[in-house]
Amino acid sequence: MIGRAAAAGKREGASQSRTGWLDQYKAWLTHHRLSAADSMLRVMDNPLSSAMTWLVIGIALALPTGLNVALDNVSQLSASWDSPAQISLFLHDGISDQRARDLQEELSGRPDIAQAVFVSREDALEEFRALSGFAQVLDSLDSNPLPHLLLVSPADRAGQSGVVALRAELEESPDVAQAVLDMEWLQRLNSLMGLGRRLVWAVAGLLVVGVLLILGNTIRLAIESRREEIVIVKLVGGSNAFVRRPFLYTGLWYGVGGGLFAALLVSASLWYLRQPVSELALLYQSEFQLRGLGIMGGLNLIILGGLLGLAGAWLAVSRHLADIQPR
Amino acid sequence: MISFDRVGKRYAEGHDALREVSVEINRDELVFITGHSGAGKTTLLRMIMLMERPTRGQVTVDGQNLAAVSARGIPRHRRNIGVVFQNHRLLLDRTVFDNVALPLVIAGYDHREVGRRVRAALDKVGLLDRERALPVTLSGGEQQRVGIARAVVGKPKILLADEPTGNLDPALSAEIMQLFEEFNQVGVTVLIASHDLALISRLRHRIITLREGRLVSGSAQ
Repeated sequence: MIGRAAAAGKREGASQSRTGWLDQYKAWLTHHRLSAADSMLRVMDNPLSSAMTWLVIGIALALPTGLNVALDNVSQLSASWDSPAQISLFLHDGISDQRARDLQEELSGRPDIAQAVFVSREDALEEFRALSGFAQVLDSLDSNPLPHLLLVSPADRAGQSGVVALRAELEESPDVAQAVLDMEWLQRLNSLMGLGRRLVWAVAGLLVVGVLLILGNTIRLAIESRREEIVIVKLVGGSNAFVRRPFLYTGLWYGVGGGLFAALLVSASLWYLRQPVSELALLYQSEFQLRGLGIMGGLNLIILGGLLGLAGAWLAVSRHLADIQPR
Repeated sequence: MISFDRVGKRYAEGHDALREVSVEINRDELVFITGHSGAGKTTLLRMIMLMERPTRGQVTVDGQNLAAVSARGIPRHRRNIGVVFQNHRLLLDRTVFDNVALPLVIAGYDHREVGRRVRAALDKVGLLDRERALPVTLSGGEQQRVGIARAVVGKPKILLADEPTGNLDPALSAEIMQLFEEFNQVGVTVLIASHDLALISRLRHRIITLREGRLVSGSAQ
């Protein structure tokens, strides 16, 4: 529909008649510009109700985005504890240093093992003495109770089942008393996070549907409030595309605004959490820093909002605009 | 220019709005359609601009059989016809200028061309100094003239008017009719539905009379 923005540049008097597709294209472009500006003005005309719509969309988008950012942070944290797993081989008591070193070399040479570190029982005792605070108790012992230890890191490509198989195979070795797969809890954490991701996606899917419905309803109300105008435009030869355009832009602006609100909400919550998270990390001697949405994340959110806005508007427009015919 | 060939319109509830209407309207003609309310005047006009389709017979406008115009083709068809409504049907939140500019904006004219043509049309109806006004600040006669300016701004070949003087006093009505005559003189085919017999019989143009959906006089010049 003709925008109030059409007033701009109207005062020029020179005549120029239109011919050909180039002018048609220009006119099409002009109407897009006018529709976009006019829809923007209409959205801005009702700052309170528009802000409510933005906020509703913003919250709906911020919830899954925030959860996703949280999961990203957790996975970043767990990645820093070198994964994926480590197998501790406790050797039989009678194994000599030399035999243990041979075994270490043999294991290091295997393609499915990235690294094998030998911790002799003497080293282990020293380390235990230093860290545990039981030095006096240990001194009172007649002999070293600790076995030789080989720390085996499987190759990255081994995969979870490969690591489990490897552990079983190593335990069969006659020199090995016990093979313990460490970090099982980390794998549990990883599966939990996989589950969390799925839940986030499910929540996101539901909320996206919600956003579409909210936008669709908002646009439907906008269409209703301009029913008479639509009838008049159709009477003087406005096509469906012409009538549709301003409403699609209205949806776009609601969506873009909602995306912007979502980005702000997520950033604000992260900012709010940053200080306590750093303090907590410090207590665990970690350099961990809360990672935010980033500029690209924010932009993506705004683009996503815009696309949802367009989709919601399209939904409403295709359902309601065809019903409005001049009577 | 406009031809009705044995056109009938029966509504779903069985009421016949038009029955067996055949009439030819030539290029450059100004024709009045009269009859009591409910006689079918408005239905006739609505068929020309494809707000309604006949249940029988065939309507041809400017060589185009309207039965062949699809729903998608309706906007294009309407852009070639100027229409004046009894209740004006102006956009009340837009200025006079924007109202008159609407058909040109829809047709995709360059904004300089829009400005030039809108001013020419407003000048023609004597409202050039009110282009910034909102329709509600205008009198009924002025609003009707805005409606006329909007109808002619796209230089249509056909101008339809449904009771254009319905709410106006005799002096204003005569002025409005004179405007229509002026457009007719520059080559526009004009079709006016009116029940103001006293006014239209003074104007010496063909008068088509409808009664209960049938054409009773004026089928040929």
